[in-house]
Amino acid sequence: MSRVLVGVKRVIDYAVKIRVKPDHSGVVTDGVKHSMNPFCEIAVEEAVKLKEKKFIKEVVAVSCGPTQVTETIRTALAMGCDRGIHVEVSGKDYEAMGPLQISKIFAALAKKEEASLVILGKQAIDDDCNQTGQMTAALLDWPQGTFASEVTIDGEKVKVVREIDGGLETIKISMPAVLTADLRLNTPRYATLPNIMKAKKKKIATMKPADLGVDMVSRVEVLRVDEPPTRLAGVKVETVDDLVAKLKANGTI
Amino acid sequence: MANPLRSEVRQLYKNLLFLGREYPKGADYFRERLKRAFMKNKDVTDPKEIKKLVDRGEFVIKELEALYYLRKYRAMKKRYYEEELSAVLNIG
Repeated sequence: MSRVLVGVKRVIDYAVKIRVKPDHSGVVTDGVKHSMNPFCEIAVEEAVKLKEKKFIKEVVAVSCGPTQVTETIRTALAMGCDRGIHVEVSGKDYEAMGPLQISKIFAALAKKEEASLVILGKQAIDDDCNQTGQMTAALLDWPQGTFASEVTIDGEKVKVVREIDGGLETIKISMPAVLTADLRLNTPRYATLPNIMKAKKKKIATMKPADLGVDMVSRVEVLRVDEPPTRLAGVKVETVDDLVAKLKANGTI
Repeated sequence: MANPLRSEVRQLYKNLLFLGREYPKGADYFRERLKRAFMKNKDVTDPKEIKKLVDRGEFVIKELEALYYLRKYRAMKKRYYEEELSAVLNIG
């Protein structure tokens, strides 16, 4: 009952105003502030908490992408992960990278590292896919506890309280398993400067998808990216009769 | 200033500066005020006084962490979770 793999994704910071590229091929990322996906922060916090409660021995933070993602791994290490793995993906492969490729990488790593749990954020705030956790579990044929708002380890099983549309659902699944973190799972600790300095001593291993036997070929092609339609300005009316008249003219009534 | 306190104060300044990068009104705004706040107390020599000021600085660090967390939590809640109309209108 030893190791947990946590996935962390480097995304555009949540507070940044997104701009679409003039050629509509994507979103402007050059020179834009990036940080760890908020749901990934919650995933890291949960893994570190499990280690602090002595349910697991080691937390490994994993991220896929170009050199810059090592900053995100460093943040995870500063939050308490023991070591990191950087799966190098760059250029066209990185642009086309999606849940399918990531889940293949994570499945391979979970087997290689003999992980008991894989904890991911429920979705990334840039693509909002909400697929990686589910796909990883399917590829591994492991049970999954998604949208977790509470996780309790009970021997070789995990009790997960899930946030679903109707309310809360409690399930008990066997380990090894995949969990995805929802907003109310915990309050992530801040990676302060002293912690970041201490984390510099921790190791980050580098590897390529090919080393894990994963092909990065994408089956999805992004055709176009557009901004959401701008909200039209509201119209003010003076009296109720005016309102009724306008609604009638609009065809609403 | 006594030597161990000097390094404590310097570390506090660095920690606050690091936190200030995410300040909503901008890192420059934060840095200006941080520097001013530290400079205002640069002639304090009593170790007890200095310790009190350092404690206040640590408190500000906790306040900033809480601010950043709440901002992020509220933004995520607004974006991803539908607010029940009745809860918003305070009825039912």
